[in-house]
Formats: sequence, C-alpha cells, structure tokens
Amino acid sequence: MSVKKFMYINRKPPYGTVYALEALEVVLIGAAFDQDVSLAFIGDGVYELTKGQNTDAIGQKNFSPTYTALGDYDVKKLYVEKESLEERGLTLDDLQHLVWEDEDDDWAEKDSIHLVSRAEMADVLDDQDIILSF
Amino acid sequence: MALLHTVNKSPFESNTFNTCLGLAKQGSTILLIEDGVYAATTGHSVAEKIKNASGITFAVLGPDLQARGLESKLADDIKVIDYDGFVNMVVEHDSVQSWL
Repeated sequence: MSVKKFMYINRKPPYGTVYALEALEVVLIGAAFDQDVSLAFIGDGVYELTKGQNTDAIGQKNFSPTYTALGDYDVKKLYVEKESLEERGLTLDDLQHLVWEDEDDDWAEKDSIHLVSRAEMADVLDDQDIILSF
Repeated sequence: MALLHTVNKSPFESNTFNTCLGLAKQGSTILLIEDGVYAATTGHSVAEKIKNASGITFAVLGPDLQARGLESKLADDIKVIDYDGFVNMVVEHDSVQSWL
C-alpha cells in the first residue's frame, strides 16, 4: 500500500461541540495505518491547543493532554495558522508545547507545531492527497 | 425591564454575539457561556466592542472559561460567575434571552 498524505483540518473550538474530540479520535485511529499525517488548525480550531485547560467544573473529559501523545504515534506535523492566532489575541506561548522524538537524531525532541501564514497554509493544503474536515 | 442575554457561540465564527450586542439595551446583562466565552478574552476586535459598550454589564461563566484554558486572557471589567451565580443572575433579571 502506497503512503498517502492525509490532512485533518480542525476549525472548531473544543467542548462546545464534539468536532474537536472526534477529529482527534480519528487522527489516532488513522495513525495506525502508517500514512503521512498532518493536522491543520484554522480559525477557532487554534483554541484546541491552548494550554491550561481544566474541565473539572463542566463535567466533560479534558482531552487536551492527548495532543501531547500525537508525537508517539508519528503525528508530528501540526500546522497552526498565524493569522487565526492573531485575530484571537493569541500567540504560540498560549498554546501547549508539543514535541516529537527524532530517532534518527538521538531521540532529540523537536517541535511538532509549525506556525504558518495563511498563504503557506494554502500551499500545505494544496500538497495533500486526502483532506478530512472537522 | 432588565434582560439577561446569554451567548453560547464563538464571536469569530458566528454573528450571534454581534446580533445580541446590537439589541442589548443599557441596563441589561450579557452573559457569555460555552463557546461564547471566547469573546471575554483580550487582544482582538471583539474585546474592543465590549470595551466600548457602555451601560451593559458583561459576565462570563467561569467553568467554561477554565475548561478552555483562558482564565489568564480574561479582559478587565468582565465579571466571572459560577453556576450558582448564573442562577442568581436569572432570578435578578426580568427575563432571559438565550441567543442560540
């Protein structure tokens, strides 16, 4: 089976709807098939990655720690749109620091999040074989 | 007659907040809940609208703000309430308009 480029687009904030959690579940399932996986965070989707989420008082599962596990599943390309962050008054410092370990480089920890402009995001999308939207 | 407005949609992906703000009279309260809490943070165009809206009280539901990791980004002059506070707010107003 040839390796295809899979892109999962995240455009919804967490908890208000089930889209963000469902996208994450599908990414983790898909990760078992050894494909070339990328995630895009556009619009309110950038809110999925904020650090310090605490859902104790709303009675829902806090699934934000799961993003830190993506690197272990070889999901190491998370593209975050710069304009989307700026329009919401956020910077990279407001997001979780997500890393993956590079086995070809003595298991060095490398950043999973790539901050890209809208124009660069368009190129990333253009480069995919399959796009799944959430 | 004082209305309590609730908004549960992100202001960045829906017109709900703008519609509510346009129809909220002086003396009324706008309570931000669920994905509506994103309006309560600083550093964007919506924060300016809230700052410029005189005579309207803004409040945000703390549990929804905490869930989204945004307590440290909360704008000034927005009151944080809990579920008990929500109940009190409903009782204190003449009626409630839930903008969906």
